[in-house]
Amino acid sequence: MSAVHDFAEETISVQKHVRIALAGNPNCGKTTVFNGYTGARQHVGNYPGVTVDRKEGEVVVGKTRVTLVDLPGTYSLTAYSMEEIVSRRELSVGNVQAVIDVAEASALERNLLLTVQMLEMGMPVVLGCNMMDEAKAGGISINMERLSKSLGIPVLPMTARSGLGLKEVMDAAVKLANSGRREPLRLSYGTDIDQALRQMEAKIASAKLLVDRYHPYYTALKLIERDADMLAEVNAADAKTAGELEATSRQVAKHVEDTLGASMESVITDHRYGFIRSVLADGVLTQDPSKDRLAFTDKLDKVLTNTFLGPIIMLAVLYLMYQITIEIGAYPQGWVEDGLAALGDFVGDNMADGPLKSLVVDGIINGVGGVLSFVPLIVIMFSLLSFLEDCGYMARMAYMMDRVFRMFGLHGASVMPYCVSGGIAGGCAIPGAMATRTLRSPKEKLATLLTLPYMTCGAKWPVFLLLATAFFGTEQAPTIMFLLTIVGWVVALLVARLLRSTFVKGEPTPFVMELPPYRFPTLFSVLLHCWERAWMYIKKAGTVLLAISVMLWAMMKFPEMPEDMAAPYEQKVAVAQKAVDDLPQDAAEEQRSAAEEALSEAQNEQSEAELAYSLAGRLGKAVEPVLAPLGYDWRTDIALIAGVAAKEAVVGTLGTAWSLGEVDPEGEEETKSLGDRLKAAPNWSKATALSLMLFVLLYSPCFVALVVIKQEAGGWKWLAFSMLFNTAIAYGVALIAYRIGLSVWG
Amino acid sequence: MGTTMNLGDMQVGQKAKILTVKAKGEMNRRIRDMGLIPGSSVAVVGRAPLRDPIAVRLSGVTISLRNSEADHIRVETI
Repeated sequence: MSAVHDFAEETISVQKHVRIALAGNPNCGKTTVFNGYTGARQHVGNYPGVTVDRKEGEVVVGKTRVTLVDLPGTYSLTAYSMEEIVSRRELSVGNVQAVIDVAEASALERNLLLTVQMLEMGMPVVLGCNMMDEAKAGGISINMERLSKSLGIPVLPMTARSGLGLKEVMDAAVKLANSGRREPLRLSYGTDIDQALRQMEAKIASAKLLVDRYHPYYTALKLIERDADMLAEVNAADAKTAGELEATSRQVAKHVEDTLGASMESVITDHRYGFIRSVLADGVLTQDPSKDRLAFTDKLDKVLTNTFLGPIIMLAVLYLMYQITIEIGAYPQGWVEDGLAALGDFVGDNMADGPLKSLVVDGIINGVGGVLSFVPLIVIMFSLLSFLEDCGYMARMAYMMDRVFRMFGLHGASVMPYCVSGGIAGGCAIPGAMATRTLRSPKEKLATLLTLPYMTCGAKWPVFLLLATAFFGTEQAPTIMFLLTIVGWVVALLVARLLRSTFVKGEPTPFVMELPPYRFPTLFSVLLHCWERAWMYIKKAGTVLLAISVMLWAMMKFPEMPEDMAAPYEQKVAVAQKAVDDLPQDAAEEQRSAAEEALSEAQNEQSEAELAYSLAGRLGKAVEPVLAPLGYDWRTDIALIAGVAAKEAVVGTLGTAWSLGEVDPEGEEETKSLGDRLKAAPNWSKATALSLMLFVLLYSPCFVALVVIKQEAGGWKWLAFSMLFNTAIAYGVALIAYRIGLSVWG
Repeated sequence: MGTTMNLGDMQVGQKAKILTVKAKGEMNRRIRDMGLIPGSSVAVVGRAPLRDPIAVRLSGVTISLRNSEADHIRVETI
């Protein structure tokens, strides 16, 4: 990152401020360029209303302060994907004074399509031909001067990875930014279109239509392209002129369609490519025929996407990824948990007993702890994810899996979010939901997002372990748990299919996707990426979850039992306590432990009574009739309600409700005794256990997951949908299982 | 003269020149934006394990597209 220092040193007497946009295709190395300029001094946010990252960074060049705006990677500037609309808005409204266009030197032809469109807008553009090292190795040479002359813009070589050429490109961009907009590039689109363009441009100029935003030529061109976004904008500004322009453009579109048999858009894009090819062929681009830069990628692909080896390697990669996350993640997760426990103890020791202490320890520290303990998992998972994405393997996974996922209305790229969420048992829906960002097809993304909570996440595991072991025996338990993982997949895929033909209806988004060459990602970009994700998670989930966990704490704590009701329990605890205290120093071990057991039993009875009296307890009793057909009583219902806060809470709450005190899901003895207790309970049977396992597998995602889903799906309605719809599905499946279970096992 | 066929019907390793692209709407736009336009030289470099999608090489980049999408593209083999 040598380039970072060059810029940072020149911070004296800054006078001017300009905004420069960084544009380019996906996979052109734009992120590395952005990081090279801004280092860690960047700010990530969201464009309002859409889940497209908005990245900005500050750079100082001589006496100019530059705000560098990282546009989302796009191939074109039509108005179809969110990324393209966002880029267009950023470029159009006079927001930026110049553009640095990063092009992949080895794929210049495709990369120049975006360049040409920006030149047609009249944007001052500097073209940076990136990854020159790769191009050179592939025998590609580019005559920069000639290309610069043909396009009328500065064209410079760069290798962002080593910082080469970054400074020159930025200097050129700042110079351009200070010299104002340029005349748009006017290509020839054939006599008919050119004539219509001239007419329309003149009309737009004389009507002063949107001239504060776009060059009249660009407005005319977009209208000729029949661009819906521009049509709407023009209509809103001046309906009368818009109508006249619309008539002209429709007429020429019809004429073109009749004579050439192609749509207007097709003709325009073909002409743009025609122009690019003629420029490149005119001594700009030469390829050494003995070299092929994709030779290495092709060789790797022969193995990695091989009919037999491909799927096997993919499974191995996924499994390894899960292993690394869980194995390595357990350490920092443990430290975070220990740290919070220590903090809880410290606060506990230093605060007077009472509701305030309980609020701080049980409500706030526990709640925040719930959020923070996921951070290590998210950081590791995202380091691995962004490594797989940046090195090019993720695109291959999508390529291999698309045929299967398409049947369910999903996209090949859905495979990763599913697996992360627990498609390989033990994942977590939170990083899973965040991983849907790699899906560029909005409908497929939404369907993936709404169905990934069905996977067996790590927090559901203790519930399954408890019930499967208690009711089906230790030997059968692994089979049961494997089957539950399969049920998760089947339900997720079927529900996805259902959603894609109902709530998330619509034609499949075209798959057409680049398989980028395999590259080794830079450590900096991987680390930066996962830091961004982790921070975003802490910020968003942290605030909401804190409020929710305090609310949940209050629900399980209040109202407190009135004096007269609480008295007998307190008395019993006091008596037991006294018995323990009064034991003589030399009392027998057995005697002591018996007395202590009596004490904890009394305390647990008190907790059970308190829980039953609380709002949560009453809620549990209130929903008892609703959930009774599934075989649950109010105790199970409270545990399920608590499970919405965090699935980890199910086992613990069940323990409290059954007077066993807080059951640590990882404590073998305690879990076993809870299992025994449940097995002995009159209203519990194999059928109940099966029904409950399925219900826990499928019902509402936990709050943190819900918050992330809301954030990624872009609306509270999807949060509500996830909660209610999933619970309804769970209810249906559990009911059927319970009935079948009853008739089979009696 | 080579034979004409749909891009989706080509064998791995075969080379061809695109004659027409007759997709509609967004699919048309995406296909064309990638440079799959009449006159482009393409070669099929691979197929996914389930024979679909296919991977196509053109001017230095590899594009993958579903068979149903490739069927909108007519090519003439070289």
